[in-house]
Amino acid sequence: MRVQKDLNVATALLEAGISNFRETTIKNENRGPYCMMGVCFDCLINIDGMDNQQSCMVKVSDGMKINRQITRNTSQDEQ
Amino acid sequence: MQLLTLLTPKNMSNFDSVVVGGGLIGASIAYGLARSGQRVAMFDEVDNAIRAARGNFGLIWVQGKGANNPYYATWTRQSAKQWPDFSRELKELTGIDLAFEQNGGFDFCLNEVEFADRQIIMEKMTVDSDDEFNYEMLNNSQLKQVLPNIGPAVIGASFSKWDGHVNPLYLLKALHKAFKQLGGKLYINPITDLQHQGKAFQVSTATTNYACEKVILAAGFSNKTLAPKVGLNVPVYPQRGEILVTEKVKPFLHHPTGYVRQTQDGGLLLGDSHEDVGFDEGTNINEIQQIAKRAITIFPYLDSVKIIRAWSSLRILTRDGLPIYDHSESCPGAYALSSHSGVTLAAVHALDVASCIAKGDSLSPSLTCFSAKRFDV
Repeated sequence: MRVQKDLNVATALLEAGISNFRETTIKNENRGPYCMMGVCFDCLINIDGMDNQQSCMVKVSDGMKINRQITRNTSQDEQ
Repeated sequence: MQLLTLLTPKNMSNFDSVVVGGGLIGASIAYGLARSGQRVAMFDEVDNAIRAARGNFGLIWVQGKGANNPYYATWTRQSAKQWPDFSRELKELTGIDLAFEQNGGFDFCLNEVEFADRQIIMEKMTVDSDDEFNYEMLNNSQLKQVLPNIGPAVIGASFSKWDGHVNPLYLLKALHKAFKQLGGKLYINPITDLQHQGKAFQVSTATTNYACEKVILAAGFSNKTLAPKVGLNVPVYPQRGEILVTEKVKPFLHHPTGYVRQTQDGGLLLGDSHEDVGFDEGTNINEIQQIAKRAITIFPYLDSVKIIRAWSSLRILTRDGLPIYDHSESCPGAYALSSHSGVTLAAVHALDVASCIAKGDSLSPSLTCFSAKRFDV
């Protein structure tokens, strides 16, 4: 999608009507931004294949791929 | 004459007991006193104070404590025994689930010498306790049965089913809520003066005097300046500890350990450090690296887990690492309490120490050995 160039990722998504950024680890509940200043860790999202990016602290850039974050398994599950 | 002294121009409030300090020790005592039917006021400060209650690991830890002091080991076990009922009681009263678990804990040994030394300590604690305390030493392959993610460099661990953990922030929240539900009054205001007046005490803030029959000092480092006003001495010094907090991952660690624990929300706490830096509440990159390296040695899986923050807190320590429990001889009704194990001892503080104070007695004879008089040369 096309957004204003100086926005942080969280703002860009919220302005596009997206507020469900990730699911919680234990109960799989929806979460989105809260503090918008980098201290609450609620706005975590997958950016360019990397989990746990604080979207309120990352500026949008051309070609950026943003995906909803889902819970990874532990190595124990993979055994 | 004493009546005239109490009738000052400032506002007056009367309580049976005043507890100075709203951390884990203060709030446990204040709750326990309110539970015993007293009218209690608890005084607390704000985030510019040291706030040790908000900077701990959340362990209810028995193994290793009081290895050189059987009275402390017994006291610790007494609290651990009461924790399940204590947790249930707070949940019923406040609705807050403390995420309390007591299914045993591990203390890892990262070399053979440590493993051998640990076994000697565990054996001594068992003998000192007349076999009430128990433990197992596990080597790496035995550990792998219980903790499949254990790293190959871990020599072994001591395990004791006495150990557990709890969410320490929910514990503090529940104690405050329960205290208020039982009629306790919380005042967020530093204490500016404390006076012994005949058989009573006057506790003052900048704006108000409070009269009470008993005053309990549980104010952490502030005890040092307040205690002498009521004939007591609390020689404590700060020791910094650092903690790393990880992102939330699916639960894989179902027991607390001395260096790593997973909270009920999936995040991991990694510790610990022991630093002599005065009152500096910052963090140190070398300590952080050591904590991270050790955690990866223990659970190599953690190598891929992200750290989201690091913080430090100041332990309130005595020279011998044991608590202080004192009842003033020159000012009867004044007590001073200090411990760096406010989580583990929360149950005995709320249930045993508080009811003792409420009955007007001196503290239990089993606590006499923890008087600060032991530091007088």
